[in-house]
Amino acid sequence: MASHFFLMMLFSCFVSVVFAALMRDKPEEQIRLGARLFAAFVLAGVALGWLMYPFPL
Amino acid sequence: MTKYSRRTRAQAPAATNVESSTTLICLVAWAVPGAGHLWQGRIRQGLVFIVTLPLMFVTGLWLEGRIFLFDVSEPLVALAAVADFGIGLLYVLGRVMDLGSGNAVAATYEYGNSFLIVSGLLNALVVVDAYDVSLGRK
Repeated sequence: MASHFFLMMLFSCFVSVVFAALMRDKPEEQIRLGARLFAAFVLAGVALGWLMYPFPL
Repeated sequence: MTKYSRRTRAQAPAATNVESSTTLICLVAWAVPGAGHLWQGRIRQGLVFIVTLPLMFVTGLWLEGRIFLFDVSEPLVALAAVADFGIGLLYVLGRVMDLGSGNAVAATYEYGNSFLIVSGLLNALVVVDAYDVSLGRK
């Protein structure tokens, strides 16, 4: 339940929903923007995670 | 010059009313996330905010994040407190109920802090949006 990936997805979901509701007025546009933001957040998170993989803490 | 003065005097009470209602809308929007939009008839947006932002804040508490107190001796803590404070009455309620003491050794501590801080910052954006709506810019 508290895996890093799940929490990142949950965080992305909250932020995407709020930004979509703030930045668009029509429901269809809100859904489209929200989905795109969510996908961008998750993909960027995974990509950054892999980029950091070679660097030890 | 005379005409201008008369018009200004006639419009002054109306302008004051608009300003005071805008201030009130911003205060309400800060205190209860989404309430500013609900007040102005933006029901769908208001419902999204009134559900999402408190849920995000509560998730932060569930993840054992910390509600930061204002401490000017530590600038980063003070900034985090300002961000947390953006969520409005939930911040006050959390402090009064002694929630959000934070568990620094928990694996989810930093996640919890992120959820708490970002929920406050997002509500600050929502307040700015409610302000714009009240001025007719949106």
